[in-house]
Amino acid sequence: MRRALPLVAAAWATAAAAAALAGCGDRADVVIGSKKFTESVLLGDLAAQIAASEGHEVEHQRELGGTRLVWSALLAGEIDAYPEYTGTLRQEILAGEDVATDDALAAALSARGVVMSAPLGFSDSYAIGMREEVAERLGVRTLSDLARHPEVVIGLSHEFLDRDDGWPAIRRTYGMPHTGVRGLDHDLAYRALESGSIQATDLYTTDPQIRRYRLRVLEDDRGAFPPYDAVLLIRADLEERAPGAIAALRRLEGRISTDEMIEMNGRAMIDRVSEPRVAADFLAGELGITAEVEEVGRAGRIWARTLEHLFLVAVSLLAAVLISVPLGVLCARRPRTGQVVLAAVEAVQTIPSMALLVLFVPLLGIGALPALAAMFLYSLLPIVRSTATGLTDVPPGLRESAAALGLPPGARLRLVELPMASRAILAGIKTSAVWNVATATIGALVGARGYGQPILSGIRLDDTGLILEGAIPAALMALALRGLFEIVERLVVPRGLRLRPVA
Amino acid sequence: MLEVRGVEKSFAGHRALGPVDLTVPAGKRVALIGPSGCGKSTLLRVINGLIAPDRGAVLFDGTEVSAETALAVRRRMGYVIQDGGLFPHLTARGNAALMARWLGRPAKEVAARIDELTDLVRLPRAALDRYPAQLSGGQRQRVSLMRALMLDPQVLLLDEPMGALDPVIRFELQEDLLAAFESLGKTVVIVSHDIAEAWHFGHVLVLMRDGRVLQQGTLDDLMSAPADPFVTRFLNAQRSPVA
Repeated sequence: MRRALPLVAAAWATAAAAAALAGCGDRADVVIGSKKFTESVLLGDLAAQIAASEGHEVEHQRELGGTRLVWSALLAGEIDAYPEYTGTLRQEILAGEDVATDDALAAALSARGVVMSAPLGFSDSYAIGMREEVAERLGVRTLSDLARHPEVVIGLSHEFLDRDDGWPAIRRTYGMPHTGVRGLDHDLAYRALESGSIQATDLYTTDPQIRRYRLRVLEDDRGAFPPYDAVLLIRADLEERAPGAIAALRRLEGRISTDEMIEMNGRAMIDRVSEPRVAADFLAGELGITAEVEEVGRAGRIWARTLEHLFLVAVSLLAAVLISVPLGVLCARRPRTGQVVLAAVEAVQTIPSMALLVLFVPLLGIGALPALAAMFLYSLLPIVRSTATGLTDVPPGLRESAAALGLPPGARLRLVELPMASRAILAGIKTSAVWNVATATIGALVGARGYGQPILSGIRLDDTGLILEGAIPAALMALALRGLFEIVERLVVPRGLRLRPVA
Repeated sequence: MLEVRGVEKSFAGHRALGPVDLTVPAGKRVALIGPSGCGKSTLLRVINGLIAPDRGAVLFDGTEVSAETALAVRRRMGYVIQDGGLFPHLTARGNAALMARWLGRPAKEVAARIDELTDLVRLPRAALDRYPAQLSGGQRQRVSLMRALMLDPQVLLLDEPMGALDPVIRFELQEDLLAAFESLGKTVVIVSHDIAEAWHFGHVLVLMRDGRVLQQGTLDDLMSAPADPFVTRFLNAQRSPVA
């Protein structure tokens, strides 16, 4: 024990330090962010490639967790630019402010040190679509036309049905007479359209399914839906770090039509072409820019994700062990304080991981840090509890014998109680390690990468292969860690504790 | 060597001990006897400072046993409990040498002392590198005694050291222990509920009941001049072959 423990600790520390060096480089000159849906990722790739073509060092933080997160990352300077929609800016980010006109919007953003580009050319707003031939037969081109056909069966996604700027808005504006509007899953809506069980559904105007299912997007002739023009939000101070980068990004203004966006979304989502490739093809055709697309094979991707994931697991676990074991000792020694400590670490456990991540982003930015902090907090409970239990379970006679020898309390802990509790402590660490492999996958939502990245992409693209590319290695890593801990147990848990009594 | 002066101890309002006065001269062996719960084990723990008395004091070789002196005092008092109290993660040798190694005694000296004690307690040499789980009950007690004797303490405190052993092993161990004690001339306080064992080991028997000393003296004293009817009842109840 006395020899093995520092050895194991040293091994961990070395692994963690090496991983830290590998994982944390300097920030690139230009950091582009994108949200976790395909169109945003594509626009992020376009922006990244166009900035890179001007010779800037660019990094793309892909597929971040949500609007709030990306917006606060922009304000905090974690990212320099990301694609956004004017509707989202008005309805969510700056809700409650008077930003009705584009000028007012630009001014409000400018006050925050953010430059808004001119619209990129397309609008991705809510719309109602029908199959082309059905719409043709009924003579429906606009939402006003739809209001004259109460016999049309409408099926809507649950979200659209509930959102105030969704179905309630068009019912108010157009006085839709339709009764029995059904709520259904968005992905099922297209199949329902095809089979004819519904005749109209909600969609996004750049949805690639529009082509695939030959749908007609009904014109919002009375302007019920707010415009969702795509723009780039750019930090004004980017000019100081990367002169010319803002101008380069603004070359995308007015260049992407709705049809082109549908086309790009379709290539990425339906044809499964990688987003950087789709973006590069567009830039070559539209702006004559040749972008280098680094195509990494599956094995290379998995290897890179494995290193990132290992880094997250090793660092958070090491930190958790260093803090939890002393906390566990405290719990065993001072049961009252221990109750408070245990209650606190249990409370942490009840916070949903996504919420915890989002809480950490304003403090720690995006990337590995918020993920590490969340994983660290989640790993505390098993180790604190097992350490406390392991120490409390040392038979009183043995504790007394150690005291009666004349060993001071510290020596009793180190020479008798901790070695006797070592198996329990290790079991707690093992549990935390396996949990951490799982928790680390959601770190991808805040840009921590790891196996969560392909899982996130796979969910977004409905690509099971991609999901498994993250899920299978994660499962294997959890198994490997279990195996590793069996070995560590042999090194650390004294042989005398692994024997069965003979008498 | 040991002086217990007016010691009292209560647990949760219940008087467990005292007031007790007791003197153990150097080189003498005293056996504490009495029914379960009479306070004899508690008294033993007060003597080596594992339990702090509410009132009164214990003097060890003139020094009062207190929180400050306890660690130093314990290193001069060996202590053996019923099931040996051996640390399962250490071998017999590791158990016996733990304290000496912690004190930084030279390895050679420690090894020589272990050799010596192995002979004294008649432990098979092969048992030294076994873990407690691999030892028989009697061997465990022998190792526990080695551990207690390691630093050559002036006093040995034994809390029913043979309580968990079967009769044959118990008899052998009794003989071996007595021989060891005689040769070392240690001051010994042994707790036992068995009169025969107590008489076997002790120069003096101390009969306790409800936390107090009822009578102390030789077995003859207790039988011929009982200080209380309970003394006779306790002796008769044992029906030991010596009585």
